[in-house]
Amino acid sequence: METEENKLTYLDYKSKSNPRWCPGCGDHAVLNSVQKAMAELELDRDNTAVISGIGCSSRFTYYVNTYGFHTIHGRASAVATGVKVANPKLNVWQITGDGDALAIGGNHFIHAVRRNVDLTILLFNNQIYGLTKGQYSPTSKIGFVSKTSPYGTIEHPFRPGELTIGARGTFFARTIDKELKTSVEIIKEAALHHGTSVVELLQNCVIYNDKVYDEITDRAFKDDRTILLQHGKPMIFGKDKNKGLILNGINLEIVTIGENGITEKDILVHDETTIEPSMHLKLIGMDYPFPVALGIIRKVNAPVYDKLLETQIKEIQASKKVNTFVELAKMGDVWEVK
Amino acid sequence: MGERSMTINKEKLTVRFSGDSGDGMQLTGTLFSQTSAMYGNAISTFPDYPADIRAPQGTIGGVSGFQINFGHSNILTPGDYIDVLIAMNPAALKTGAQWMSPGGTIIYDEDNFDAKSLQKAGYETDDPIVEDQLEKYKIIKIPVGLLARESVKVMEVDNKTVLRSKNMFILGFACWLFNRPLDPIMAFLNKKFEKKKVIRDVNLTLFEAGFWYGNSIRDEVPQYYVAPAPVKKGFYRNLHGNKATAWGFLYAAEKSGLSLFLGSYPITPATEILQELSERKDLGVKVFQAEDEIAGICTAIGASFAGHLGITTTSGPGLALKGEAIGLAVMAELPLVVVNVQRGGPSTGLPTKTEQADLLQALYGRNGESPAAVIAASTPVNCFDFAYIASKIAVEHTIPVILLTDGFLANGTQIWKLPEEGDFPTIKIPKTKQNAEEFLPYLRDPEKLNRDWVAPGTPGFRHRIGSLEKTDQIGTISHDAQNHEKMVKLRQEKLDRIVNYIPELEVEGDPEADTLAIGWGGTYGHLFTAVSELNKEGKKIALAHFNYINPLPKNTKDILEKYQKIIVCELNLGQFASYLKMKHPEFHYHQYNKIQGQPFIVQELKDAFIKLIEA
Repeated sequence: METEENKLTYLDYKSKSNPRWCPGCGDHAVLNSVQKAMAELELDRDNTAVISGIGCSSRFTYYVNTYGFHTIHGRASAVATGVKVANPKLNVWQITGDGDALAIGGNHFIHAVRRNVDLTILLFNNQIYGLTKGQYSPTSKIGFVSKTSPYGTIEHPFRPGELTIGARGTFFARTIDKELKTSVEIIKEAALHHGTSVVELLQNCVIYNDKVYDEITDRAFKDDRTILLQHGKPMIFGKDKNKGLILNGINLEIVTIGENGITEKDILVHDETTIEPSMHLKLIGMDYPFPVALGIIRKVNAPVYDKLLETQIKEIQASKKVNTFVELAKMGDVWEVK
Repeated sequence: MGERSMTINKEKLTVRFSGDSGDGMQLTGTLFSQTSAMYGNAISTFPDYPADIRAPQGTIGGVSGFQINFGHSNILTPGDYIDVLIAMNPAALKTGAQWMSPGGTIIYDEDNFDAKSLQKAGYETDDPIVEDQLEKYKIIKIPVGLLARESVKVMEVDNKTVLRSKNMFILGFACWLFNRPLDPIMAFLNKKFEKKKVIRDVNLTLFEAGFWYGNSIRDEVPQYYVAPAPVKKGFYRNLHGNKATAWGFLYAAEKSGLSLFLGSYPITPATEILQELSERKDLGVKVFQAEDEIAGICTAIGASFAGHLGITTTSGPGLALKGEAIGLAVMAELPLVVVNVQRGGPSTGLPTKTEQADLLQALYGRNGESPAAVIAASTPVNCFDFAYIASKIAVEHTIPVILLTDGFLANGTQIWKLPEEGDFPTIKIPKTKQNAEEFLPYLRDPEKLNRDWVAPGTPGFRHRIGSLEKTDQIGTISHDAQNHEKMVKLRQEKLDRIVNYIPELEVEGDPEADTLAIGWGGTYGHLFTAVSELNKEGKKIALAHFNYINPLPKNTKDILEKYQKIIVCELNLGQFASYLKMKHPEFHYHQYNKIQGQPFIVQELKDAFIKLIEA
């Protein structure tokens, strides 16, 4: 029995290795949020495996006191899938970045989401390649100047949430590295979700892409430029909590409560559980002047790959004709020489 | 029955059943080989499917053939040249005729030799025998269609059903011609069409009619007699190479008590292994059809990390894609088996043809000092043995093992004896004996140098591994110069020590020979046949055939230095020869190479060997 005395704290989820990220890197904050979420979930450390690819964020694996496997660039979703399918009892977390998951590992990422393997994927999006010292990534905004785009990029960026929904994902949430409280709640929900959960963590790279999210995280504008979505609650935001979202035709529109006869009742209510994804896509796609959506945007139930596989194996084994290899080999056209 | 017909005694015979892809030649050939095996002959078979998915009917491209070589004993290849060709249409005659053995017999279905069919096959006259100068062979024309219709006239079945079953007439005739037992085939037909009584009766009637037709022409056509040989007690069945590979893994998993996980992506000619294991959910096998080759191996590595027997199967292009991940298994020191069913390359190359040109890729196709064990199967049925052994080495030495087979082995069929208790060595899982509190993930076994294999879920042994260089024993990240060199050497040494756990190289053939033929992998049948035929002809030559390539068997040098002339034969430009030159530069290596997407022909090997012996 778990008692107050032996209850694990976030410190118990820290490994002996000290994080080597740059001072001020957003990854430190995310590590704290994750360890706190794990402690609050009372996650069984022996039954947890954290799998990562390559990149700054992928070092994460070494800092969590669970089982861990730091793999190769882009392939964490595939390795994590193998771990989970082999042993569905394990809690399998994947740590990845915008390069690891969306460039070199894009294929594995969308297929893990499509299959709905029970993985908790934390996607650190800093819109830059940090470990290789400053090249643009698949989430860098068009025109972004970096070492490999000295004249500005001419590429359209991915939105990880759109990709998740495009792959028929069942869980997508977004949070900001330094928003510890929100992050902890979201990470907990992601871990509890059955199926692939994707959490996009907007993360600041202090060296190569500093202040990339300042326009939404700066205290001066944060309340007006972000909206924390909560299931069943109206989509209200703003410093004075008087702005809201409504549908005008098929498009979202920002309105002010108390103006033009708008009341709180007119404001859209967030429903993370609608299977039809168009509202979730609209919310994911919101960009200035709309507020950036934070919180759990989509959380729907769907069959989970590793469970389906287990069930199928059990069903087949219940009516099976063979129990051993030799029995199998003796089926069909076999003859005996006596 | 009247008088006994004329009989020709033979040591061995090569027969090809050939027709349009819709003529049922694969089933005919399979049933014929089965009854031959049950009769007590040694067999080796090879199906020759059309390369195109749907080639037009009656054309050369649409020919489907099934070749069987059967004999008293020691049948290791499907035969290079055809003694008896059974052709169901002109296209089958055209493709088969070029492979006829001198003095051979051609049997054809004359009902299918109308002007249109002849034209489709590319004949310009109405007499293909004269046109292709085939008069030198014994020709037997049978009006199969007509006789088939006559035989089932009373049964009132439609023409389509009769034509679809006429292959049974030919099979019945073949059973008469080659003195094969009928019972196994009749039993098969009874079972196959258990629920379709009319079809069953048509097939059985045509099968018997074919047999009795043979008997009715016994005064003109001699029968063949290939004596059966005594067979060791046990259970037998036919098995092709890919199925043997899949089954070897099933057996290894069962014997080791590990769960089997296959991560794979379909690729010719390896796909059948994926398909075969996909059916084995009844035995608890987890098969994951991945989104690509890389995910195939990475899921297998993940499963291995989680304590399963993780394997991946592919062909050459897929091995190229898996290279980086094999390096991960090398670094993480996790068990992993990678099967490469080699095909013609480079690039997409010749997907349905055989080649041995991935050897250097398997040995060296990775970044960094990245030692993986490499072994090769040498007959269709020993794919089973080497899948088992690959699993054993991977698990016991915590190392990736690349198992090389090829398109020729994959599709070739032989008789396989079911394993009995004690036939295969046990597989010992390197479980940890360490204390949880002081657990060192990279502490090594003093003999094998493997590390302990501790899966997530094991209470108290939490640890983290990865693709970055490891601190010796501790396993944390290390960029230390001395440590890196030490670890590189340890990983190499771990591979080298496998030599203490594999059998020594054996030499076959004339013990007094001073010429040694060397081969590896799927060419064994042809090399052995060439060497033993030469020995029978009084030529002194021996054969050393390699299954273990990295590391090479311990006694390799001792064997090589016994011979004055060494010739390395392989289906590439000389990759194994280069490897031997590197490992044992003190010897001179002659080479015999072929890169045509085809296996060796025994005669070409014999010619090359005689030339070298007499040089």
